[in-house]
Amino acid sequence: MNRIQSLLQHVGRLRTRMGAAFVGQRAVFRGHDLHTDLKNMDWLELFAFGITGKRFTSAELTLLHALWVYTSYPDARIWNNRVAALAGSARSTGALGLAAALAVSEAKIYGLGPGVRAYDFFAEATRRLASGVHLTEIIEHTLHTQRGIGGYGRPIAADDERIGPIMARARENGLADGRFIKLAFETDAVLRAGRGRLRINYAAITAALLLDLEFTRAQYYQFMIPIFFAGMPPCFMEAAERPEGTLFPLTCADVLYEGAPKRSWSSVNTTK
Amino acid sequence: MSGEKKSDVIHTRIWLEEPEADNPFATRAAHCHGYDVYGEMLGNARWVQMLYLLLRREAPTPAQTELLEALAVALANPGPRDPSIHAAMCGGIGGSSIAACLMAALAVGAGHQNGAREVFHAMHGWETCDTNLDAWRNWVTATTTAAATDVWPAPEHPPGFDPCGDSISTIARQTLERLAPLSPGRNLPWLLRDRRVLEQAVGRPMALSGVAAAALVDLGFSAEQGEALYLLLRLPGAAAHALEQRGHRYNNFPFFSLELENDPAAKADPTESSR
Repeated sequence: MNRIQSLLQHVGRLRTRMGAAFVGQRAVFRGHDLHTDLKNMDWLELFAFGITGKRFTSAELTLLHALWVYTSYPDARIWNNRVAALAGSARSTGALGLAAALAVSEAKIYGLGPGVRAYDFFAEATRRLASGVHLTEIIEHTLHTQRGIGGYGRPIAADDERIGPIMARARENGLADGRFIKLAFETDAVLRAGRGRLRINYAAITAALLLDLEFTRAQYYQFMIPIFFAGMPPCFMEAAERPEGTLFPLTCADVLYEGAPKRSWSSVNTTK
Repeated sequence: MSGEKKSDVIHTRIWLEEPEADNPFATRAAHCHGYDVYGEMLGNARWVQMLYLLLRREAPTPAQTELLEALAVALANPGPRDPSIHAAMCGGIGGSSIAACLMAALAVGAGHQNGAREVFHAMHGWETCDTNLDAWRNWVTATTTAAATDVWPAPEHPPGFDPCGDSISTIARQTLERLAPLSPGRNLPWLLRDRRVLEQAVGRPMALSGVAAAALVDLGFSAEQGEALYLLLRLPGAAAHALEQRGHRYNNFPFFSLELENDPAAKADPTESSR
């Protein structure tokens, strides 16, 4: 079948196993009636079930909740939170501000980017360890080819205050001894013994813990998207409650121009 | 009064603002890469010249201006079948804010399938391969077999080429034929001359996104700048179609039929529909 025929087969209809709204009657969520079979699920449990199709134990759900709770910082200086707060201060809507803040959380130096790279590192390192390569060699190769390792190193501060609490929570729930979380700390030990200043951060912990819970790469990515979210509405709301435009106002002098000197547009050749 | 640290300033090579004498928050003059925007450019500079200046730091030549303007017209409206415009209309039909509609268009139009990420990769293709057919063959293999390495999924077809059909669409061909004579660069003229040879090497027909990528490289834009421009230049159509749908009845907008393959109630009522 060529691509045109394939597209024609999909015109006008959706074939799915994810669910449907039978409006006015009922709703189905991954093969279960939402209002009867799943009526007692809490929101995060449903979210994780929607992503993975799996049910999680009480201990696992406790850890999944904690992963989100421990990195929900209502600090409007943080770049993604600041987007939400600026939206409030500029009198935009909450949905626009929070959606933009979530999208911005998919960043290269924090948030989803390091998390996905950490996931890839642990998955690849595990394959290479199984083939007999030493962890130090894997780390050096990754540092050489990627100029860093996702989940190690952190902007602003080297140490990560979230690691102690989340590992305590993992231990309480018997989830601190998986092979990936061990690999995460073994990697940290190798890096600490070296000359670099890379230290394990929360992205590595989330990736390793969810690898130990058998999240696929795509499932890990989806689960991580709202991980900072609870910290954002407070930033929006406070900014929205204060006088408009008073969040981080900038004077002209607060913008340091470092570009070309003044010049005349009349010197630009605009003729065809 | 402010007491802020020196680090609490924004550094920029783009924009100089001078304050009014009586208000540090009001602008007396604004210069873009050195040019007085409100005192001199306004009324004398074209929109695409401003776009080019903002991204490239220098005013475009007349040839670059003409090419960018022609490209902007070609990209202004992908039409309601395009996923990005479809997304904007989903906002419009339900009465979402126009900002939400444009955010929807940006999000959906950002990807690998006729989106800005496709243009980003296609521009890398032009930068890497130039007019070397062997390089294009190797690039296609490398690009379409690479695993995802970041938050973006891996491309599933050669970026800038049409995954559907066996020949270039008429509008992509017309765009190439109109843009190539305007180009101050080498890619579009070569593409106009040797398109079929390139398509044969890649194994797919050229897409409009690929023509746009060649034009953006000929204009001197980096792949990231081209990605940004591709997003920006397609927003007018998203705005127009979203606004149009806001005036329509929702039952005149497709809702499509659905086949639920694992309906728990299927045995009880196998004919039930989700419509």
